Amino acid sequence: MAKELKLMKGNEAIARAMIASGCDGYFGYPITPQSEVMETLMAEKPWETTGMVVLQAESEVASINMVYGGAATGKKVATSSSSPGISLMQEGMTYLAGAEIPCVVVNVMRGGPGLGTIQPSQSDYFQSTKGGGHGDYQLYTLAPASVQEMYDFVFDAWDIAFKYRNPVLILSDGAIGQCMEKLYTRDDMPRWTEEERRKNAPWGTWGKPADRNHNIVTSLELDSAKQEIFNHKLQAKYAEMKEKEVRYEMLNCEDADYIMVAYGSSSRIAMKAMQMAREKGIKVGLFRLITLFPFPTKQLAEVAAKVKGILCVEMSAGQMIEDVKLATECKVPVEHFGRFGGIIPTPGEVLKALEEKIVK
Amino acid sequence: MANLDIVKPENLVYQRTKVLTDATMHYCPGCGHGTTHRCVAEVIEELGIQDKTVGVAPVGCSVLAYNYFDVDFQEAAHGRAPALATAVKRLNPELNVFTYQGDGDLAAIGTAETIHAANRGENITMIFVNNGIYGMTGGQMAPTTLVGMRSATTPYGRNVERNGYPLRITELLATLPGTYYVTRQSVHTPAAVRKAKAAIKKAFEFQQQKKGLCFVEIVSNCNSGWKMTPVQANKWMEENMFPNYPIGDIKVDGKIAEGIDVNRLVLDHALEVVNK
Repeated sequence: MAKELKLMKGNEAIARAMIASGCDGYFGYPITPQSEVMETLMAEKPWETTGMVVLQAESEVASINMVYGGAATGKKVATSSSSPGISLMQEGMTYLAGAEIPCVVVNVMRGGPGLGTIQPSQSDYFQSTKGGGHGDYQLYTLAPASVQEMYDFVFDAWDIAFKYRNPVLILSDGAIGQCMEKLYTRDDMPRWTEEERRKNAPWGTWGKPADRNHNIVTSLELDSAKQEIFNHKLQAKYAEMKEKEVRYEMLNCEDADYIMVAYGSSSRIAMKAMQMAREKGIKVGLFRLITLFPFPTKQLAEVAAKVKGILCVEMSAGQMIEDVKLATECKVPVEHFGRFGGIIPTPGEVLKALEEKIVK
Repeated sequence: MANLDIVKPENLVYQRTKVLTDATMHYCPGCGHGTTHRCVAEVIEELGIQDKTVGVAPVGCSVLAYNYFDVDFQEAAHGRAPALATAVKRLNPELNVFTYQGDGDLAAIGTAETIHAANRGENITMIFVNNGIYGMTGGQMAPTTLVGMRSATTPYGRNVERNGYPLRITELLATLPGTYYVTRQSVHTPAAVRKAKAAIKKAFEFQQQKKGLCFVEIVSNCNSGWKMTPVQANKWMEENMFPNYPIGDIKVDGKIAEGIDVNRLVLDHALEVVNK
């Protein structure tokens, strides 16, 4: 697809971005509200054009392990799912992080816990940023707030994944996945040639030539002394991400007396609530998180030092607020407003919460 | 002092295949894993595919298989090797891809991945070592533990009412249209090793011919887990494992082999015990 203005769903944008960004393989399992990702790929038949492999697996457990196998050969491999399916993938996620395999995973969140609801939610923040699976690891986590960002972040995700040899999570929700918006597509990037694959993934298991040792992709190290050293290496990688790869957006924060912190769908609602508040003369700004890990700790702390209160807006019972409190060291009042279980708050509700909890 | 004059290339009668590394294997003396590794490695050498082969290791006794094969290797989560191998092969059809798994990995925690890879007819080779026990974790009951057989979690013997039946997953896989060659072998005698190696070779050659999934079960011993000497373990294996896991081809050229009744998925002796 060449550069064009299109109207499409967030889930469709993910699928089209995968094809356009030179993805080698997608492995998935149907689950609402993200099934359009695989449906779009199957309808597009990229195996006839770019050569991209698309396979419907028998479960999310199989999908994420197919991602492991394919990505461990140094190819660009992705999957997508929604909250309950992402829970099933957590074993695979920690193995991917532990084996340092670059890949892209998309979570189009729905309400939980358990089977929960098929409506949008943002209650997987902890799972995404605090581990999810076992062991000390982190996923680079991008939170798109529009169909355009669903598309663009797939391209960005490959860069980060291969730069750091780390899985990248695109944390979206049912609202962004299902809504239709305009977006500008990009010119197609061809899939990597064999030479590019070998250059970009010299660690990959693509068949041992006579002139190199065998490549092993594993997360196992039975010698604890070596495993501790490896853990330090991972932590250094995460520290570098915190230093170099933080992304966020500030709207009307310069003169703000109060700010709201939000990401994804909630940031869109908070943006409207901010306009309504400004019309009433309340000077409110919006600090939108784009990366949830690494969290923009320093940047948020700088803004927080100049305001009288912070409202966290999240479609959860209050998860992101913990990182906001850590970042601001509770130097200003920080409150949470959220609807959850699949309910999306209105801008009016957010404004009311702002006035009652923060402005007072 | 031995006469070192005889150490000359022209006197060479055997050497380790170069597809095995110099690493010292961690397997218990008497275990069948080392021999099975050697068979697979020799086949890779004979077919000249060392540079075009990727293996997938399991969780279990052979978790460190990747240290012993001098080919590119991936280490899977417990039971997931067929899912990894599926993607390796689909994204790299020019590679020869094999999994190497034990009974707990392949036939308990990884049953779904095993059956679906076979049912899709993935063009891969699966090596399945069945010793009826979880060796690495200390000899617990496996899906293939025989009825009445003692293990760390069936100290009074496997009881059908409590533990269900031993699983003949190899026969089960043979019923699926996606499998092309399904066989059961052993490596406890030189003659058996020759047959097992020939079977493994076929399983790689059929992969190259894109015939579908090829599956080689190796019925093996676990003298440590069974608490026997290696010699006793091999004898016990012949007397108890072989009647329940009969050696020979189960599916050849995509068809069930003559004399094989794959509908009898439950071991005969398990039914006998239940009917008593």
